[in-house]
Amino acid sequence: MLHTFGLLLGCQLLGEVTARGFGLPMPGPVLGLALLVLILGAMPTLAERLRPTTTVILANLSFLFVPAGVGVIGNLEVLSADGIVLLAILTLSTVLSMLAAVGTFIGVRHATERWAP
Amino acid sequence: MTDVASLWSYLSTTPLIWLTTTILAYLVADGVARQLGNPPWANPVLLSVLLIAPVLWLTQTDYTAYFEGAQFIHFLLGPATVALALPLWDNRGTIRTSVAPIVLALLTGSIVAAGSAIMLARAFGLPMEVLLSLAPKSTTAPVALGISEAIGGIPALTAVLVIMTGIIGAVTVTPLMNLLRITDWRARGFAVGVAAHGIGTARAFQVNPVAGAYAGIAMALNALLTSVIVPLLVRWLV
Repeated sequence: MLHTFGLLLGCQLLGEVTARGFGLPMPGPVLGLALLVLILGAMPTLAERLRPTTTVILANLSFLFVPAGVGVIGNLEVLSADGIVLLAILTLSTVLSMLAAVGTFIGVRHATERWAP
Repeated sequence: MTDVASLWSYLSTTPLIWLTTTILAYLVADGVARQLGNPPWANPVLLSVLLIAPVLWLTQTDYTAYFEGAQFIHFLLGPATVALALPLWDNRGTIRTSVAPIVLALLTGSIVAAGSAIMLARAFGLPMEVLLSLAPKSTTAPVALGISEAIGGIPALTAVLVIMTGIIGAVTVTPLMNLLRITDWRARGFAVGVAAHGIGTARAFQVNPVAGAYAGIAMALNALLTSVIVPLLVRWLV
């Protein structure tokens, strides 16, 4: 478990340093994710050693968002008078975005499977 | 034994009480959700927040004091994002053969997420700074806050809108995809990852590991794309 945490934090740290050092528009952890994929590519056997800890972390991903979620309740006044309108816009826009993504994914998958069986 | 007031004044200065409260609230929320078979409306983030908010209100605790304890949980979002490398690695075979669907669904999902938010905000006549705060709502919080600040939005408002978007996506994805009879877990996961970042990804992992892996990919790629696309869309649509 400690090995895994050390590696995860190490990747995040390197990602953070790279993102800030080069002024890249992406968060350090996302670069750290890419870095860990590269490390796994070089050392495939590492995956099984990381798995017990990463499985627990990812199974409880929702838990990690609770503090930010509580922040929303504590900060609801920033929505001011537009709360209901914003809720409607967010719902509509999120559904439209999922429809666009899922439609494209399935459409393109069918098209490419037809061209390259 | 000391009196309650001095015990409280001691506890309220340590991270212990709010850390424990957050874990207990989540255990209750997640336990209830599991008992019910993880229905979409019983979102563990939403339920936990609904359990914790009244406690903070009753104890007159402000968010800063709560976050003193809760920050230790919040911090783990970083290493958890890095940990998404593992499901990505496990699914590398199917990812390699779905590069075209991934890239194009990322583009349409990301453009519609920001574009529809901007156009709806205009249609409803919302103030400009609210519109600009809304545009990056579908990407992960640190990226969204940076974009919001850069284009003239209000980062504090964006933070609230990003979390609300995540919960909305996590609650709506299952009924929406079932209604459309979409059975491809890759497509289902990818859609919720693009539209609803990490909270959507957490929901995807709750439902199916392949959906979780694809949601993670979508979230990571969208963090990159949104920072390019939102400033362009704002220039064209506003």
